[in-house]
Amino acid sequence: MYTYDELDRTLINERVEEFRDQVKRRLSGELTEDEFKMLRLQNGVYLQLHAYMFRVAIPYGTLSSAQLRRLAHVARRYDRGYGHFTTRQNIQFNWIKLAELPDALADLAEVGIHAMQTSGNNTRNVTSDQWAGVAPGEIEDPRIWSELLRQYTTLHPEFSFLPRKFKFAITASAHDRAAIKVHDIGLRLHKNDAGETGFEVLVGGGLGRTPFIGKTIKPFVHGHDLLSYVEAILRVYNRYGRRDNIYKARIKILVHELGIEKFAKEVEDEWLQMRGSALTVDDAVIEDIRSRFTYPAYEKLPHMPEELKKAAHDPQFERWRKNSTFTHKVQGYAIVTLSLKPVGGPPGDATAEQMDAVADLADKYSFGEIRVGHEQNLALPHVARRDLPALWKALDAIGLATPNVNLVSDIIACPGLDYCSLANARSIPIAQELTRRFANHDTAELIGRLHINISGCINACGHHHVGHIGILGVEKNGEEFYQITIGGRADEQAEVGTLIGPAVAYGEVADVIEDLVEAYLALRERPDELFVDAVKRLGVEPFRERVYATR
Amino acid sequence: MPLVKNGKITADAFVHLADDAEIPGDGAILVSAQRFLGDAEALSRRTAPTGVVWPNNRDLDDLVPWLDRLAVVALAFPSFRDGRAYSQARLLRERYGYRGELRATGQVLRDQFLFMLRAGFDAFEVKKQSDAEAFAGTVKRYSVFYQPTGDGRLTALHQRMMLRHSESASQ
Repeated sequence: MYTYDELDRTLINERVEEFRDQVKRRLSGELTEDEFKMLRLQNGVYLQLHAYMFRVAIPYGTLSSAQLRRLAHVARRYDRGYGHFTTRQNIQFNWIKLAELPDALADLAEVGIHAMQTSGNNTRNVTSDQWAGVAPGEIEDPRIWSELLRQYTTLHPEFSFLPRKFKFAITASAHDRAAIKVHDIGLRLHKNDAGETGFEVLVGGGLGRTPFIGKTIKPFVHGHDLLSYVEAILRVYNRYGRRDNIYKARIKILVHELGIEKFAKEVEDEWLQMRGSALTVDDAVIEDIRSRFTYPAYEKLPHMPEELKKAAHDPQFERWRKNSTFTHKVQGYAIVTLSLKPVGGPPGDATAEQMDAVADLADKYSFGEIRVGHEQNLALPHVARRDLPALWKALDAIGLATPNVNLVSDIIACPGLDYCSLANARSIPIAQELTRRFANHDTAELIGRLHINISGCINACGHHHVGHIGILGVEKNGEEFYQITIGGRADEQAEVGTLIGPAVAYGEVADVIEDLVEAYLALRERPDELFVDAVKRLGVEPFRERVYATR
Repeated sequence: MPLVKNGKITADAFVHLADDAEIPGDGAILVSAQRFLGDAEALSRRTAPTGVVWPNNRDLDDLVPWLDRLAVVALAFPSFRDGRAYSQARLLRERYGYRGELRATGQVLRDQFLFMLRAGFDAFEVKKQSDAEAFAGTVKRYSVFYQPTGDGRLTALHQRMMLRHSESASQ
């Protein structure tokens, strides 16, 4: 956990007061809606179909129990009793009143949470691996660097009006859980031959209308130079990124149009003039940030405690344990994923009561810490394995023990046309129907790891391009249709999925997905050949045939 | 349109000169980049103060050789959402050492004053009278800054380091 100091606290309080003044000027008519729009977006406030939507940042996916309780309070006091966790380690509230927003922000600021730059054409919430600091084999905790970047990007005087939004993600593990290849800047922490910490820097990844996988711009940037190098990239983008067409304004288009070599040279020329400037991060600065992260005092515990041996006779517990708990770097502990994907539920939603209960469970079993992942699930990062049976019972009682993590019903979905003014089609009911079709856990386990991602429009908030199966809502003559892609993935082998054929009607989507899954089960070489690997081996054709032969 | 300089509403000594208007023998003027570059030698040798309005989509290379002879460089915000001039301002101040007046023009609004100050602007052609009047209060909204820029304000990182040093020195 990072603990705010007096300076951090002062800054977010000053931000709350600034926004309070901006809202006041809007309500009095002193600000036009056009002028106010960018100001509210820079504080995470969208105007949706039915109401204002409020997006709150959960930097690098780490929350304390006090913070989660405060999110529950906001859901209860200012919204309709629930929140929606997004694919970028944010939480959204869908029914906020503009006049009450400053108070909601002030309540959040008390526990060190803010909504700064969760929207708008600026640097967005810095995201990271939700297992940061606890994953076995991790090089070092990437949240130290995430926090450094959070501070650096917050209210940046030069880069608050970029051509378009700008997203960072960081990982320090070989297996990328932060989807760094589909971010504007992706950072992979690694060490050079001298054992010094640095980053492979990727640039120009992104989804949306024109998906690109990020390209490596520099294989090793020393940690000391991280901020100056990032500033060089942002400056080149700010000056030369396109502003004539919103759909061509992301950095990925600039990188694509210039070519990575030319873009890299522009950045290098800029960087060489700034290197060694006040942006240099010396070790003392890193140590200072590191010192404000607190780590649990782990006990020395056995890998296989009595409690676990006893509980192993309960097949339901065992199913959940095998599915939802993961190896921790410390023996005797586990990382536990809490599925926010119950059968028939909207993906990523949690009620205020669930949030409060998870906060209590975190206090009891996870050193007061909770994580939020881009798959729209929560995690308790430090659970003693002996506590797993008790935790499972408690989670089951609040509907958070669905054993479907990484399985076919662990669906990523944007809010879609049920909420969003940009959407062309609904996402949530498609996800809900799919979770019902694949509600049988035996079947889901037989199918194995399979990521279905759903977006209600081309903006791709549901990351459909990088789903093993991607579903994209489009509108055709006033009706909802869905394009299906397969073979996408968001990890270290990131790829954009391939369209299988013409879009299908709303009522047919679940049938098509079932066909794809059946085709895969028939075609896979071995039970452990994943869907996405079978697509890679076979190409799209056999799947296309199966889906369209009878349609 | 009120001009804010040194934190106060001030009478503007400069006249924005149209490209087809005759260059006056005296009096402070602001001319377009195109006009300036058309006769930079003569214009920069005027006895009266001369400034140039530089567009935000043009590299600074052509401007840099003339900087020490210019009284004003005015950078443009065609919309407050177009942030290119922030980069130009920082480059002029921090890389090219420009010390004259750096003026923000265009859609210059209250909620960007502080960003502009931090980027190096010291004069503001403010769009609305009420914003100009609120200038002094607005720029005091923040007391903590995370990024180092040429304005010399201490960053939070720097303040923490100083605090650490003073703590360890007192032990």
